[in-house]
Amino acid sequence: MATLYVDGQAFSVDPTQNLLHECLSLGLDLPYFCWHPALGSVGACRQCAVKLFRDEGDHQGVIVMACMTPADDGTRISLVDEQARDFRARVIEWMMAHHPHDCPVCDEGGECHLQDMTVMTGHVHRRYRFPKRTFDNQHLGPFVNHEMNRCIQCYRCVRFYNDYAGGTDFGVFGSRDHVYFGRAADGVLENEFSGNLVEVCPTGVFTDKTLKAHYTRKWDLQSAPSVCPHCGLGCHTTVAEHDGVLRRVQNRFSADINGYFLCDRGRYGYAFVNAPERLRRTSLRNAAGRLNLAPADALLQELCTRLGGNMPLIGIASPRASLEANFALRTLVKPENFFLGWSAVEDACARTMLAVARGIAPLASLAEVESSDAILVLGEDITQTAPRMALAARQAVRHAAFAKAKALGIPVWQDLAVRQAAAGLKSPLFIASVDATRLDDAATECWRGAPDDMARLGFAIGRRLSREEAGGETFPSAMEGFSQRVARALAGAARPLVVTGSSLGCPALLDAAAHLVGALRTLGLPAKLALGMPERNTMGLALMGGESLHTLEQATQKLPACALIVLENDLSRRIGEAAADRVFAQAGLTVLIDHKRHAGVERADYVLPAATFAEESGTTVNHEGRAQRFFQVFSPPDDIQASWRWLRDIGRGLGREPCDRWTALDDVLHTLEETLPVFHGLAQAAPEATYRRHGLKLARKPHRASGRTAVHAHLDIHEHQPPTDCDSPLTFSMEGHQGSPPGPAIPVFWAPGWNSVQALSHFQREVGGTLCGEGPGLLLIAPAQQVPEFFQEIPPAFVPRDDALYFVPAWHIFGSEEQSAGSPAVRERIPAPYVALRPEDAARAGLAAGDTAALEVGAVRLRLPWIAHPELPQGVGSLPVGLPAMPWLMLPAWGAVAKASR
Amino acid sequence: MLSEEERRDIEREAPNYATRKALCIDALRIVQGHRGYVSDQALQEVADYLGLPLSHVEGVATFYNLIFRHPVGARVILVCDSVSCWIMGCERLLDRLRAHLETDVGGTSPDGRYTLLTAPCLGACDFAPVLMIGETLHRDVTAETLPDLLGKGG
Ligand code: SF4
Ligand code: SF4
Ligand code: FES
Ligand code: FES
Repeated sequence: MATLYVDGQAFSVDPTQNLLHECLSLGLDLPYFCWHPALGSVGACRQCAVKLFRDEGDHQGVIVMACMTPADDGTRISLVDEQARDFRARVIEWMMAHHPHDCPVCDEGGECHLQDMTVMTGHVHRRYRFPKRTFDNQHLGPFVNHEMNRCIQCYRCVRFYNDYAGGTDFGVFGSRDHVYFGRAADGVLENEFSGNLVEVCPTGVFTDKTLKAHYTRKWDLQSAPSVCPHCGLGCHTTVAEHDGVLRRVQNRFSADINGYFLCDRGRYGYAFVNAPERLRRTSLRNAAGRLNLAPADALLQELCTRLGGNMPLIGIASPRASLEANFALRTLVKPENFFLGWSAVEDACARTMLAVARGIAPLASLAEVESSDAILVLGEDITQTAPRMALAARQAVRHAAFAKAKALGIPVWQDLAVRQAAAGLKSPLFIASVDATRLDDAATECWRGAPDDMARLGFAIGRRLSREEAGGETFPSAMEGFSQRVARALAGAARPLVVTGSSLGCPALLDAAAHLVGALRTLGLPAKLALGMPERNTMGLALMGGESLHTLEQATQKLPACALIVLENDLSRRIGEAAADRVFAQAGLTVLIDHKRHAGVERADYVLPAATFAEESGTTVNHEGRAQRFFQVFSPPDDIQASWRWLRDIGRGLGREPCDRWTALDDVLHTLEETLPVFHGLAQAAPEATYRRHGLKLARKPHRASGRTAVHAHLDIHEHQPPTDCDSPLTFSMEGHQGSPPGPAIPVFWAPGWNSVQALSHFQREVGGTLCGEGPGLLLIAPAQQVPEFFQEIPPAFVPRDDALYFVPAWHIFGSEEQSAGSPAVRERIPAPYVALRPEDAARAGLAAGDTAALEVGAVRLRLPWIAHPELPQGVGSLPVGLPAMPWLMLPAWGAVAKASR
Repeated sequence: MLSEEERRDIEREAPNYATRKALCIDALRIVQGHRGYVSDQALQEVADYLGLPLSHVEGVATFYNLIFRHPVGARVILVCDSVSCWIMGCERLLDRLRAHLETDVGGTSPDGRYTLLTAPCLGACDFAPVLMIGETLHRDVTAETLPDLLGKGG
């Protein structure tokens, strides 16, 4: 620690940091623009000026930029110095010269860093009297709105988009007072992290286009801490609602997980909650086979009567539902009748992932991915399946540059200097994949192969690491060469990491990755494994355990005598429409609990509308086995309620213990903890419903929420009682604690004088560090103490066939995930169905450019436009999975391709 | 596609730079030398040839005032309008040029021979007022000598 004197007062600070970082960490107000805790300093805006004194005797001092000056021991500075203050006021006056002063019509208004800093510097009077320069704005696609006149040239956007996120279609143009930030021409921002511009830009240039479509000021938004439901990483989000409409998703900082950034699927996938077509009413099928609305009470009564005392219940669970919902189902139907709602392939992958995590491979958090200094990505296209992990991996390659900078005496926060010193130097990132990926540009070297060959590659590397004979296995020389380079890099690293996942449906790949991590750990290295998982609660469901749908399909003879309850699951996405239809048709009676309208709605006898992630509180388990609590942000309208409550209601109707006793979420959590020891401690993943701060619940609405007494004035002159919330420590009101609660329960970041997202630093122990009182969930999977025998089974090499191609699933950040695909903005980015072929394979099938391909995969025949993917291995094709316009296919699978006749 | 000559000229500069990115300015200058200005298509060709994102090349092209992204006349006149030349009467030269070339600053004469631009200091303040026609610097220019300079075609 070092001593820093600020206006004569001594503070203890971190000497490896800069003055701005330390001043903000001390809670001092010092205005800034271009510096960002995750992007470092460049000294571009000149806003953070302070007076620096040589020693005690120096009363003159010099003006320096706080963000560019190290907090060396004994440094003396002044923030209140007249000249420094005047300098800061002049800088902002000059930045505001061309600013349109259009706050009332600006979406940033009320949560704008530029507003806050202008007020903070005391620039209140405009002297500039000349015409302002104006710019044309660009159409940047469905996510980000552009209003260039508001720009203050801080360069944060281009530094985030290009330098940090690796974007190539964004830049800065012109010079002098004509500096323009945008694309070379109008068009969709291609980078998967473009939405972060909305938070990175301190002004109203880049704003959330989806919020604009149903705009509400920050002070009128009701917010809650949430967890992104769109993949297995569980990024922390803040979700906000007004008047029954979910308005936006923002990043919620977490030091261990997503840091300052989200992917665009996570930020823009939310609007499925507002979809007009979603399920809102209880309904039941009449004798004529038509679904009719029915009041919930009557429907439940009728259902329970039909179920009678002893009709056996069968439950199909879901990796997109909460632990509480799945557990309620398990409790109601009994464990032996509880089926994990996924296919045999999904099941095999989930089981393997859990086994390797429990056995030999400790799982890495996103922060640990970012801090790894050598990475092998084995098979998983993480940009598409676990997007935020790709952004973390992109930062991990910078460790070599940090080390070099350190040797040169450059502090890591000196962003430009570090990047310049790096001169392209990267830490090792090796990517093995079926096809080209969007992370390739950051990689040291890429290797392509069929899934089984990638598994073999993993074993080849593992064998090299443990210097074992390959047990008679020989690997082709290209694979040997690559594996040698990877092995050397991983063994030479201090924190090596292997990344893989379940998206290719290839358990051998997971085995190989585990084998590799095991080999590295045997060498004494703290190697970790990072897993991409397709759904928000894949790990939670795997931990709960049960048989897959495959087992249920084997036992359909039981079905006619049983009632089937399907929980938040579109079975046609798991086992195909035909098989799903068979399951529905054979069951004696069917109940569907879901929020999404899908084929199952047309089959079920009873349809109960479920709450989405925004309308209920609950717990999910992310890819690293971290149990995370997400909180309800608003009370859903109509008949909608949390799935576990529907199941509880059925249990009550049937007099089943213990569900009939559950009234609040914590009751379910406590039963869950008692019943299944793996979930021990789960209730403490976040503050429980009984938590109070200064005797108060935590307010979801800010002090300044307007019109509270007026919103219902046209219906009732009395003020409405806010809905009660017995599931969480939060309240649907502005009355409650407004300060800083523990990390997992912070509804919104807001501090006096700091109205924008930059208020976050007031909630952190130190700027960029953990949240005060953060316990970001609870890790459920303890790594094994000793390295046991690891997975050894090497699959045979992939052999291309003459008569068929091996089709693997291709995942898309926009389209492959079920819930986000229901959001209009995301829908605009979903690719049209296609088949990707290696040009040689296409030529062999007689396909020329522009032809339509006729495919036969399993029992499914398809006609699709084909596109050339020259990087695909010979004999392998790929088909997009999960797109709304694609039929379900059991992939990977062999299939035939030919030119379609007209 | 860039012409054979353009590529040859660019490659001649290449050894002077550590990266292809650093070659960008010269590539633009060379292409402009051959084509008079850098069209959208030329910009894309430079980007493709150097393997750089279009937005980067456009950033460089728009940063430099003397990379022209619109067609210009056969010759570009740069009239210094900075302090020394302003004191010494560059305004009068500009008025003359406007009238003579029938265009304003930023425009091209109807016959397509000249584009009129200003420049902040041409580094020859001791001979103010100065201007450049094409590549040639003219010092101590007066309203009287101006028609001559233009007549000679620079
Ligand atoms: S657009 Fe925003 S982030 Fe980019 S330079 Fe302007 S103010 Fe800064
Ligand atoms: S990476 Fe996954 S969890 Fe994170 S924001 Fe994107 S979709 Fe959500
Ligand atoms: S924040 Fe220090 S110069 Fe911009
Ligand atoms: S001011 Fe004209 S050349 Fe310098």
